[in-house]
Amino acid sequence: MQKLRWNCSDSQQVPAAPPASPPVTRPGLVMAAGVAAWLPFARAAAIGWMPVANCPMPLAPTEKNKRQDELIILNVSGRRFQTWRTTLERYPDTLLGSTEKEFFFNEDTKEYFFDRDPEVFRCILNFYRTGKLHYPRYECISAYDEELAFYGILPEIIGDCCYEEYKDRKRENAERLMDDNDSENNQEGSMPSLSFRQTMWRAFENPHTSTLALVFYYVTGFFIAVSVITNVVETVPCGTVPGNKELPCGERYAVAFFCLDTACVMIFTVEYLLRLFAAPSRYRFIRSVMSIIDVVAIMPYYIGLVMTNNEDVSGAFVTLRVFRVFRIFKFSRHSQGLRILGYTLKSCASELGFLLFSLTMAIIIFATVMFYAEKGSSASKFTSIPASFWYTIVTMTTLGYGDMVPKTIAGKIFGSICSLSGVLVIALPVPVIVSNFSRIYHQNQRADKRRAQKKARLARIRVAKTGSSNAYLHSKRNGLLNEALELPGSTEEEQHMTKGTSLIESQHHHLLHCLEKTTNHEFIDEQLFEQNCMESSMQNYPSSRSPSLSSQAGLGSSCCSRRHKKSAHLPNCSVPATRLRSMQELSTIHIQCSEQPSLTTSRSSLNMKADDGLRPNCKGAQITTAIISIPTPPALTPEGESRAGPGSPGPATNVPNVVKVSAL
Amino acid sequence: MSHCQQRCKRQLGRVIRFFYQFVTGTLSQDSVEDEFELSTVCHRPEGLEQLQEQTKFTRKELQVLYRGFKNECPSGIVNEENFKQIYSQFFPQGGECPSPSLSPYTWVPLQGRGSHSTPHAVCLPADSSTYATFLFNAFDTDHDGSVSFEDFVSGLSTILRGTIDDRLNWAFNLYDLNKDGCITKEEMLDIMKSIYDMMGKYTYPAMREDAPREHVENFFQKMDRNKDGVVTIEEFLESCQKDENIMRSMQLFDSVI
Repeated sequence: MQKLRWNCSDSQQVPAAPPASPPVTRPGLVMAAGVAAWLPFARAAAIGWMPVANCPMPLAPTEKNKRQDELIILNVSGRRFQTWRTTLERYPDTLLGSTEKEFFFNEDTKEYFFDRDPEVFRCILNFYRTGKLHYPRYECISAYDEELAFYGILPEIIGDCCYEEYKDRKRENAERLMDDNDSENNQEGSMPSLSFRQTMWRAFENPHTSTLALVFYYVTGFFIAVSVITNVVETVPCGTVPGNKELPCGERYAVAFFCLDTACVMIFTVEYLLRLFAAPSRYRFIRSVMSIIDVVAIMPYYIGLVMTNNEDVSGAFVTLRVFRVFRIFKFSRHSQGLRILGYTLKSCASELGFLLFSLTMAIIIFATVMFYAEKGSSASKFTSIPASFWYTIVTMTTLGYGDMVPKTIAGKIFGSICSLSGVLVIALPVPVIVSNFSRIYHQNQRADKRRAQKKARLARIRVAKTGSSNAYLHSKRNGLLNEALELPGSTEEEQHMTKGTSLIESQHHHLLHCLEKTTNHEFIDEQLFEQNCMESSMQNYPSSRSPSLSSQAGLGSSCCSRRHKKSAHLPNCSVPATRLRSMQELSTIHIQCSEQPSLTTSRSSLNMKADDGLRPNCKGAQITTAIISIPTPPALTPEGESRAGPGSPGPATNVPNVVKVSAL
Repeated sequence: MSHCQQRCKRQLGRVIRFFYQFVTGTLSQDSVEDEFELSTVCHRPEGLEQLQEQTKFTRKELQVLYRGFKNECPSGIVNEENFKQIYSQFFPQGGECPSPSLSPYTWVPLQGRGSHSTPHAVCLPADSSTYATFLFNAFDTDHDGSVSFEDFVSGLSTILRGTIDDRLNWAFNLYDLNKDGCITKEEMLDIMKSIYDMMGKYTYPAMREDAPREHVENFFQKMDRNKDGVVTIEEFLESCQKDENIMRSMQLFDSVI
């Protein structure tokens, strides 16, 4: 009795093993909806264990705050859903079932507000209610996925009824995205670091990449056509020769045709060798279909060259010339449709095989029947079963040459059955092949359309981006000029400005401004940067000035005179140099290390350090500040100019270069 | 003879129908509607007030119970298959593990090994269907093969809100498989086996073949006063009331709902 497992003292001596690992939170995958509701029943059913148990039972857990089940309101974008709290708590791993939903609780209306799609929410709430997640067919797959991710539900629990559809759509979408990525990779504009071999390969594969490739493409196409036409024309009878013999053109103008053929084969050989050289994987290239076609197309010529005019092998030689017709397959590099056709046939191999097999069966059956039916009639053409094959094939494909016809009545009956069944057998697999072809063809078309759309989309995005960066620069100019002025009249302009820009915009601009201050550089737009680069390269001599600069400098000087009349602030006195710079962001700033003594009094420490460092670096660069266009009252200009003139080392030193920070 | 004639007629009719369909091109599915019969039966329980009178549940509790019941069995009745399937979801069965959040109330197995008290840690091939059948028979008081909401709720009322004696009576009713008023050793053995089946194969210490039998012997030793090989209701009640463990465990049911 001591060994009995239910002896409680024994079991109590066994120390309870600690849990092996933290419980794996399995997402509530296999939980049925109503199961939680039936838990009280299961616990009640345990009454059957009580009387037979020999040990005391563990204490039951008590619910600390036993909440009565309550209705909670879920407001999803205005549509109100209501459900029991316990319904949602069935799946505590999700957003709605856990305390995460408290983040969305709206105290004023005492409801949970979600700013999401109410249509999809319907499905999600049904999941809580019934335990099955359905995928509505009209819903976009990525939108649905996003909603599921938001609510913390794994897509794997989609019910069997909808799972297949979901997976299909998802796969389609993934293929589409992969397609896009592939085409993106293929069309990466300029990869400067391509080797010669790689460029050549790219030229061969995409003739549109360079003009040379295009030329090559058309030349080979032309020669393929020429070669095929010569092959055809060779055999046309070309008038008579003394001796009353009709000669085909090929023999009459043998030399001409031979020269043409040689030229074509030269081109093809050169092309093949170049492709072989450029191929990234030569072994794979040799094994590919196109290269085999190339080889087969040019082999007969070389074999013909090698072989002498030996009578024995001339027969074989003639046969080899047949292979020249394969040159026409080289056109498939030039035609997308041909390639699709080839691919379709390859993908429908099983259907084609079935067609062939069923046809063969039918042919054999009917040939046998016809042979025995026509055996009796005299002078029957159906001499043997293989001889009847010809009749059966011609009849089943509804050709009906008429060289073999049944004469007996039985033969005629079976012949008609044969032709009827032929129509059926051939018509059945054809739609499958057709639909395959159509699918692949449309896929290709879609890929091209998508690529075109993507270009347009990217262009639009670029325009939007430059628009926003222009907005920033514009507002910066306006705002900071106003700040710098500290004029009472500027408040109106400020208000005007804030009317134009929303709170978000102004916060965004503030953020960018902080970045500028941090890095001591400025945002300017692209054109200015180009100009700067160009002009800085032109500034080789300290004395030379570009005409544009001189005019601007003149402007500056004229303003400078005005400046002296006013009691202007000392340059840089209370204005940090960066602001000065930003005021002039529309101006071309050319850096020149000058020998002017630095104005130590009114320069911020930042300037000083930069100046010291800069001096030795740039000699011979001229500092010119000019304001190209400022749509502000002219009173501002002297301010700008004043800082420009004598203070030129100051701002300049802070900006060793005008750095173009990338577009916003 | 007439039987043969009838069969011949039926076959002939079928052949003629087949040719008719063949000629006109109707599919066999089109002519299926006449064989369709309504197989769904809907059962509605009595009113809430009546149930309130009959059972000791409050109105709200009845509402909650009914909602859960109806969700799982929209037709209003549970048949044995459904019942077994519902019950099996609480016990690891066939390698499927219930979610950890499902069982806040776990019975510590008699073997007392910590790793087994969390069902999700180990997936045991257990079988709760036999015990579920016994439960079904106990709930199905009118023995009509289905458990309606009234049966369900009255059973629960006895277990969860009844007196200790009521509960013991109900347990006795569960054990008494053939409802003849006494529990034989075979019946008890069946019950015990079904309970042990729910544990599954992978237990600590390993489950022995004769564990149920030994347990039954122990049970009978305790319960069977007059050693006549059967336990009657009086013996059962008497012995249970004397056993402190059992009395204490009976009180566990007060806090279930």
